[in-house]
Amino acid sequence: MTDFDNRIPAGPIEEKWRTWLDDHRLVGPRQRGDHRVLVVGTGLAGSSAAATLAGMGYKVDCFCFQDSARRAHSIAAQGGINATKDYANEGDSVRRLFHDTIEGGDFRAREANVWRLAELSTRIIDQAVAQGVPFNREYGGHLATRSFGGVLVERTFYCRGQTGQQLLLGAYSALQKQVLDGRAQVHTRHEMLDLVLVDGHARGIITRDLVSGEIERWSADAVVLATGGYSNVYYLSTNALGCSVTAIWRARKRGAAMANPCFTQIHPTSIPQTHENQSKLTLMSESLRNDGRIWVPKAEDEERSADEIGEDERSYFLEERYPRYGNLVPRDVASRAAKLVCDEGRGVGPTGRGVYLDFQDAIAERGRAEIDSRYGNLFELYERITGENPWEVPMRIYPAPHYAMGGLWVDYELQTTIPGLFAIGEANFSDHGANRLGASAMMQCLADGYFIVPHSVTNYLSKHAANVETAEPSFERAEGEVNERLGRLVSVGGKTSQSQFHKQLGNLMIDNCGILRNADGLREAIGGLRSMREEFWRDLTIEPGEKGMNQSLEHAGRVADFLEMAELMCNDALDRDESCGSHFREEHQTDGGEAQRDDENWASVSIWEFEGPDSEPKKTAEQLSFEAVELEQRDYA
Amino acid sequence: MNFKLKVWRQSDAAAAGEWRTYGVSEIDSGASFLEMLDILNDRLVVEGERPIAFDYDCREGICGSCALTIDGTPHGPRQVTSCQVFMREFTDGSEIIVEPFRASPFKVLCDLVVDRTPFDRIVEAGGYISVDAGPKPEPNATPISPETQQAAMDAAACIGCGACVAACPNGSAMLFTGAKATHLNVLPQGQPERYDRSRAMVEQMDAEGFGGCTNTGECEAVCPQEISISVIGELYRDYRKSMVHVLRSRRGRMKAQ
Repeated sequence: MTDFDNRIPAGPIEEKWRTWLDDHRLVGPRQRGDHRVLVVGTGLAGSSAAATLAGMGYKVDCFCFQDSARRAHSIAAQGGINATKDYANEGDSVRRLFHDTIEGGDFRAREANVWRLAELSTRIIDQAVAQGVPFNREYGGHLATRSFGGVLVERTFYCRGQTGQQLLLGAYSALQKQVLDGRAQVHTRHEMLDLVLVDGHARGIITRDLVSGEIERWSADAVVLATGGYSNVYYLSTNALGCSVTAIWRARKRGAAMANPCFTQIHPTSIPQTHENQSKLTLMSESLRNDGRIWVPKAEDEERSADEIGEDERSYFLEERYPRYGNLVPRDVASRAAKLVCDEGRGVGPTGRGVYLDFQDAIAERGRAEIDSRYGNLFELYERITGENPWEVPMRIYPAPHYAMGGLWVDYELQTTIPGLFAIGEANFSDHGANRLGASAMMQCLADGYFIVPHSVTNYLSKHAANVETAEPSFERAEGEVNERLGRLVSVGGKTSQSQFHKQLGNLMIDNCGILRNADGLREAIGGLRSMREEFWRDLTIEPGEKGMNQSLEHAGRVADFLEMAELMCNDALDRDESCGSHFREEHQTDGGEAQRDDENWASVSIWEFEGPDSEPKKTAEQLSFEAVELEQRDYA
Repeated sequence: MNFKLKVWRQSDAAAAGEWRTYGVSEIDSGASFLEMLDILNDRLVVEGERPIAFDYDCREGICGSCALTIDGTPHGPRQVTSCQVFMREFTDGSEIIVEPFRASPFKVLCDLVVDRTPFDRIVEAGGYISVDAGPKPEPNATPISPETQQAAMDAAACIGCGACVAACPNGSAMLFTGAKATHLNVLPQGQPERYDRSRAMVEQMDAEGFGGCTNTGECEAVCPQEISISVIGELYRDYRKSMVHVLRSRRGRMKAQ
C-alpha cells in the first residue's frame, strides 16, 4: 500500500515549518561525509540543493545532460523572483504572498507548503545577494522591485531581464566551489535513464554518457530529482529543447506517483509561431505587461496594419474585461482571453494567431529612455527573432506552453512515494496549484534547494542510510532494462524520424489538452495517442548505434516517454470534471466565461500510480483543506 | 530558400574529421540556422546517414550551448548566438561553411560539438563568493550604487559560450575569465576574495592551455552579450595586485582552531 501521508506538522500554519525544523533528526557534521546523495538536474533547484548538501558535508554526485551545469533551463527565466520584503511599503506580508499564490493557483495547492514558500522568500534574496547576484538597485543603493501578474504589490526582484541567469550562476558557482573542495562532483552530458530501488528505497540511478554512450550505475543513500517540467510534450513550448519528462517518468514506473499531470501553464506573452519547421517558442517576459497594452482590432479579419487602426477601432480586451488588474491578470486568464479573441477571427499577424502588445502609450508617457532601461534587452530579442522593430510597430504575442504545475507527488518533506527519492523545483507538483503566478518558479526552486530539501534529506539519512553497492542485483536488472530499451529504439527500422513523431504529438496535445479542454476532445486524444505510440514503435527511424554520440537516440527516448505521459495528462484532464486555473474544461465555466471550480468534489490533488504498461493508472485523491484562506471565486475584474 | 552547406564531420574525438557538402532546399526565410540544420538532420536520418551532431538547448540565446563557427566567424556575422542566426540573413543559393569552435583547449567531441569543461574549471578555481546557504545579512544594509550594480551586471551577463576563445588568435579565455572576475570584484561582497580569485582563475586558465591576451579585440567583436574588453584590463589590474598579496590555500574549508 503506497504511503500518501502528506506529513504536514500539526499546529497553526505560521508555526508548522518551525515545528518541523525543531523536530527533525540531524546527522552530525563528522558523519555527513559517510553519506552520498545523487542530485539529478542542475537548474536552480538542483544546483542549489547540490551546493547546499555538499556545503553541509555530504558527498554529492550531480548530473546534467547539458555540457555544463550552468546551462540548465532556469537560465532563461527572465522577469524576476518574488519576496515579501515590503521594501515598497505597501503592507506586503508573508500572508499576502501566501494568499496571492493560493488564489493564483485557484485553490488547488497545499496551504502548508505555500505558507512555507512565502515565509522563506525573503531569505532567498538575502542568500543571492550574499553570493553576489547583481539585483537591480535604486539610486540610493537599495534593491529595486517591480510588479508582476496576479498581484497588486511590487515584490518582484530582478536583474534586468536575466534574473534566472544570475540566480543560476550564483547557485552554479556555489556548486563549483564544492567541486573544488572535493565534496561534489558534476557529471555533465549524463542523462538519467532509470531509478534503482533496493528494499523499496531509492538507492541509485542508471545514466547514459551522452558522449561515449556508456551506461553507468551510481549508488547512494538518497536521490534528489530536480529535472524540471514536461511542457515539451506540446513540442512547441518555451522550454529548452532538452527539457523532458524522462527522469520523473522513469521514476514513476519504479513507483513514484504523479500528481495533477494535467495542470500545465500556457504563458500569454510568447512570440507567435511563424513557420512550420519552428523548433521552439520564445517567451517575452511577463514584466512587459507592466507597461505594454494588449489589444486586437474590433473588426474581424482586419487587414490594415496596426498604425492604421484608430484608437476607437481597437479592443483592449484585458483592460475592458478586467479593469482592476488590466493587463496584469494572471497567466491562465490572459492566455484564455487571447485565444478566444483569435478564435473569433480578430487575431493579428500572418497566421491570425497573435495579439498586439503595444508600448506607444508607455513611450509617450515615460519617455523612450525609461522604457529602454526597463525592457531594452527584450526589445532587442524581439527584433532579432521577428525582424520587426518594436519601437515602431507593436509586438505580436501569443500564448505558449511554458510550465508544468503537475509533477511527482511529494509530501511536506518533498519526498515522493518512494522513500529516499525527493523531487524539487518544477519536477514536483507542490506549490502552484492549478496555475503558477509569475516570478514564483525561481522562488520555489531556490526555497526547495537551499532551505528545505537539505534538511529533509538529512532527516531521511538519519534514519535510513545504507551502504549500497552498484553490484546489487537491482542495479544489474535496471541496467539490463535500459540497454534493452535503447536497443529497441535503434532497431525499429521504420521510416519516420523521432522529431516527426514529436511534432504530431505536440499538435494533438495543444488541440485537445491545451488552453481549452473538453471531454470529447480528450477521449479522442487518448485514442490518438495509443495509435501514435503503436506507430512510433513500428515506424521510427533514428541513427543506428547506442555507442558514441547519438542525439537522435537521446531525443527518441524522450519522445517515447512523452507519448506515455501525454496519455496520463489526458486521463487526468478528463477525470477532473471541473475547471480550475489553467485546467479549463469548456463544460464548466461561469456566466462571465471564467473557470468554474467544483470545491465540493474537486478540492483535491489527483495522484496517479503506475500499474504496469498496459493497465489503467490507479488514482488516489489527497483532500485539500483550507483553514488560512477562504475559498472564493477568483476575481480579477 | 536553398543553400549549399560545407560542414565539418568528425565521428569522435579521436577521428580525423573531414569536410562534407550537403544541399538544403525550400527553407523558410524565418527559420533559424539551427532549425535549418534540424531539417537537414531529419532528412539524413531517413536516408540512413549519420545526422550532424551540434550543441543546442534553449534556442533563445541565453544558455550558451550552441557553438557554431559560421563562415569563419564564431556564431556567424551578427554578434548573436548561433541559435539567433536566421536564414533570411543569407543570400539565397549561397554556400555556407559550418565548423566547430576552434581552440586547442576545446577538444572536438563529435562533428560540431566541443568540450568546454575548461570553463567550469576556471569558475571552480575562484569564480564565486564563498558562502554556504544559511541566514545572511539584510541586503539593504550594504547599499550598492546602481552604477556599480550595472557594471557588475554588464560583466555577469556572460553566457559562457566560448566564442571569445574561438575568435582569439591566441585562443585566450581572458574575456570569459575577466567577465566572471569583474562581476565579483566590483561588488562589495566580492572584496575579501578579490585577489585570490583573480590569481587562481588566471592560473587555471593558463593550466587549461588557453593563450594570453594581446589586445586584438576579436573576442569583444563576436561576444553575443557584448561584454566589453575592459573586463580584461580590470582582471589584469587585480592579477597584478595579487602578486604582492599572500594567497590563501583555497582548497578545503576554514577550520576552527
